[in-house]
Amino acid sequence: MSVNATLNAQDQHHDDGHGHHHKETFITKYIFSQDHKMIAKQFLITGFAMGFIGILMSILFRIQLAWPEQSFYIFELLLGDKYAPDGVMTPDSYLALVTIHGTIMVFFVLTAGLSGTFSNLLIPLQIGARDMASGFMNMVSYWLFFISCVIMISSLFVESGPASAGWTIYPPLSALPEAIPGSGLGMTLWLISMAIFIAQSLIGSLNYIVTVLNLRTKGMSMTRLPLTIWALFVTAIIGVVSFPVLLSAALMLIMDRSFGTSFFLSDIYIKGEVLAHQGGSPVLFEHLFWFLGHPEVYIVILPAMGLVSEIMATNSRKPIFGYRAMIASILAIAFLSTIVWGHHMFVSGMNPFLGSVFTFTTLLIAIPSAVKAFNWITTLWKGNLQLNPAMLFSIGFVSTFITGGLTGIILGDSTLDINVHDTYFVIAHFHLVMGISAVYGLLAGVYHWFPKMFGRMMNKNLGYAHFWITAVGAYGVFFPMHFIGLAGLPRRYYTNTAFPYFDDLADVNVLITLFAIMTALAQLIFVYNFIASIFYGRKATQNPWNATTLEWTTPVEHIHGNWPGEIPSVYRWSYDYSKMNKEETDYVIPGQDFVPQHIPLQPNEDELSH
Amino acid sequence: MEATVAQTGTEGKTWGGGNKPLGASYGKLMMWFFIASDALTFSAFLAAYGFSRFKFIDSWPIADEVFNHFPFLHGVDAPMYYVALMTFILIFSSVTMVLAVDAGHHMNKKKVTLYMFLTIIGGLVFVGSQAWEWKNFINGTYGAVETRGGQILQFVDADHERVALADFAKTLPQDRIEHQPSNGVWYDADKQTSASFTVEEITKGFEANPNILVRIQQLDENGKKIVLSREASLAKLENDAVTTVEGANLTHNEYGPPLFADFFFFITGFHGFHVSMGIILNIIIFFNVLIGTYERRGSYEMVEKVGLYWHFVDLVWVFVFTFFYLV
Repeated sequence: MSVNATLNAQDQHHDDGHGHHHKETFITKYIFSQDHKMIAKQFLITGFAMGFIGILMSILFRIQLAWPEQSFYIFELLLGDKYAPDGVMTPDSYLALVTIHGTIMVFFVLTAGLSGTFSNLLIPLQIGARDMASGFMNMVSYWLFFISCVIMISSLFVESGPASAGWTIYPPLSALPEAIPGSGLGMTLWLISMAIFIAQSLIGSLNYIVTVLNLRTKGMSMTRLPLTIWALFVTAIIGVVSFPVLLSAALMLIMDRSFGTSFFLSDIYIKGEVLAHQGGSPVLFEHLFWFLGHPEVYIVILPAMGLVSEIMATNSRKPIFGYRAMIASILAIAFLSTIVWGHHMFVSGMNPFLGSVFTFTTLLIAIPSAVKAFNWITTLWKGNLQLNPAMLFSIGFVSTFITGGLTGIILGDSTLDINVHDTYFVIAHFHLVMGISAVYGLLAGVYHWFPKMFGRMMNKNLGYAHFWITAVGAYGVFFPMHFIGLAGLPRRYYTNTAFPYFDDLADVNVLITLFAIMTALAQLIFVYNFIASIFYGRKATQNPWNATTLEWTTPVEHIHGNWPGEIPSVYRWSYDYSKMNKEETDYVIPGQDFVPQHIPLQPNEDELSH
Repeated sequence: MEATVAQTGTEGKTWGGGNKPLGASYGKLMMWFFIASDALTFSAFLAAYGFSRFKFIDSWPIADEVFNHFPFLHGVDAPMYYVALMTFILIFSSVTMVLAVDAGHHMNKKKVTLYMFLTIIGGLVFVGSQAWEWKNFINGTYGAVETRGGQILQFVDADHERVALADFAKTLPQDRIEHQPSNGVWYDADKQTSASFTVEEITKGFEANPNILVRIQQLDENGKKIVLSREASLAKLENDAVTTVEGANLTHNEYGPPLFADFFFFITGFHGFHVSMGIILNIIIFFNVLIGTYERRGSYEMVEKVGLYWHFVDLVWVFVFTFFYLV
């Protein structure tokens, strides 16, 4: 109340229209909210709901892989009689589960759930803005996301089943309903859902970009921005550049499927009949898809990198190592991400010379990635480490990013890739480097900014349990996959029992599934912690992590407009941790090892260039 | 108090925060980034077009032969004349849009109204022209025969001038079968029933006219379609021809590979959709101008924003035009 009162008192003084406090109803506050903080929470919770479904699906098909074609009550319960007769999962439902698991995790959880949440939450708060440039478009963006979620989930309930051609939906399989049941109505819904998803991503990204460009507070130059903002800003730019190409591919696929064009189809003989399609090329679709698909993995990982950079500096009580190098790497990764898509297509009959070009550009990405990895490690070096759950997940992120990144060097090389293409080696690689890493980034972000979002603290001990079980479990799932992949086990197979060659790997598959179940169960700890802390968590103080960035100068209670008075100006970069005064006798502010960004330069400190 | 005195150290710097570094409002910037995004959608389509055309580089239709109609000039070979005119009209509507934006800067409501109106008219004429182009493309000109392998056989006279099917095909008397719903041909989707002539009629007519030759869709080294000798023509027609093709749709195209028609319909259609949206936006803004919304607001920036979109749509047409009609 008192906060509101001060706000109203201050309203007359500043000229910013966002600062006015309107009377809010339940609907404008919780449903059709235009407040970026509420929209961030909406994205987060919707993303979690989708993640719950996606992870559950992975457990179902992991059970099938470990104990192929055996009867389980859970299949009968969740898939029903048609998709799991007598409790045995059918091949079609296996393919559907794999496809929708991939789609949900990549797009709905790690794109919208991660960058949607933290772009909305952090961009206005950390750059010192009252809200996004356009609160209305921000709201539209969320609700389009919600609609696309609903359509994607509804595709699970159509009679012919959801899309089953893999998350990459390569035609001709995805284009011909005659080929598999999943290419019927389920695929149409998939495409509609993704078209809407692309629209929400575009609207959201436009907002993030112009907000960062135009709404930074006084003194917040580009080189004083926290790395989170840099990462989210560049992510939005990649999204604006690459998602429209997926839209092109999706529209052309819709034309092929529903209107009889032949963009991706040619010379197909199916069920005893020649189809009328002639002249198209499925490789064209692969090009268009991966022109999005590759930048997409950076859309997923860059926000996580930004969050982790911020959390690690805060919890090491040290400035981030190589601030400008970090920015340069983000930009380099963003640029390189658009010229490497061919490495997904090394076995598509690509000219070996072209393959070598893509190998070259792909391996170049190792440079900025390594710069970032070393900078994180050197940020930790000799730091005063605060090992709270957010920090643990950040360190876990660096670990899985390096582990997954190393196998990327193998897969990025066309000569080596051919041996492991479409095996579990690839699954292990991308799950570690973008799946698990991005999830760690997301979880680290939630633990770190939970007090900002909900005004309460999460339980630390439950956080520790969550982290350690997840860390052990995730490596338990994906580390063995490298070996079964090297042994030749192909991905996307419903069962491997038909090949005696793979019999030796059956036990490893059981082990992986057990780890997967364990890891999934550990997430329930998090779900409990998350929900319970919203209502019963310890009340947060204004700046619980002693961080320097602007979001911790706002009151704990959310107000529309973020700051009750004037927006603070910024006088320094965001990483003044443990900065000593001129005489090196004490910190700049005695007894306080951090200087927030809105504190002017003190007479007893040197201005450093970073 | 201290805060108001202290210097942020970024005073006067373009990117120092607290200002608009690009000198544009957020709405205008959003429009620019939207345009960047949409440009990539079109780029993907045009890249796909290039990819597919390269696959059929030896048999792609010659644009001059496809787009040679002009209103009220039936049977006159006017390659590109009409598309040049409609392109000119579209570009001219960009000019009127610029004038509208300029008038907006001077807060001249009358002029904004006039130029917005002209822009809308230009857009409508363009969309109408595109519809007319589609109509001609769908109806076709001369007609052709499709072979078993999906190749197109066209007909020329001794001077290698094109000959329409109707000029030589014989009409064979056919017994009309009384159709019941159970055996009606219209229930048989595979048979083409709407063509003016059957393949037999064309073959008979061809045999009777010694001057007519078959032209195949492949190009020779000079970029001209290859014309077969009389013997080869006869053999080709008798052995390979399966259906008559008149005009173009998504699966058959009398001018060459169906992909040409697919891309033509899809890309010009997608562009036409953009133009139509632009017209609708322009109309909304036009009425806002009329009722004085921007006069009251003190700024005609909305006109500028739709102007950006309109110029973008025109620019896209320049590329579409280049790829489909010129090269």
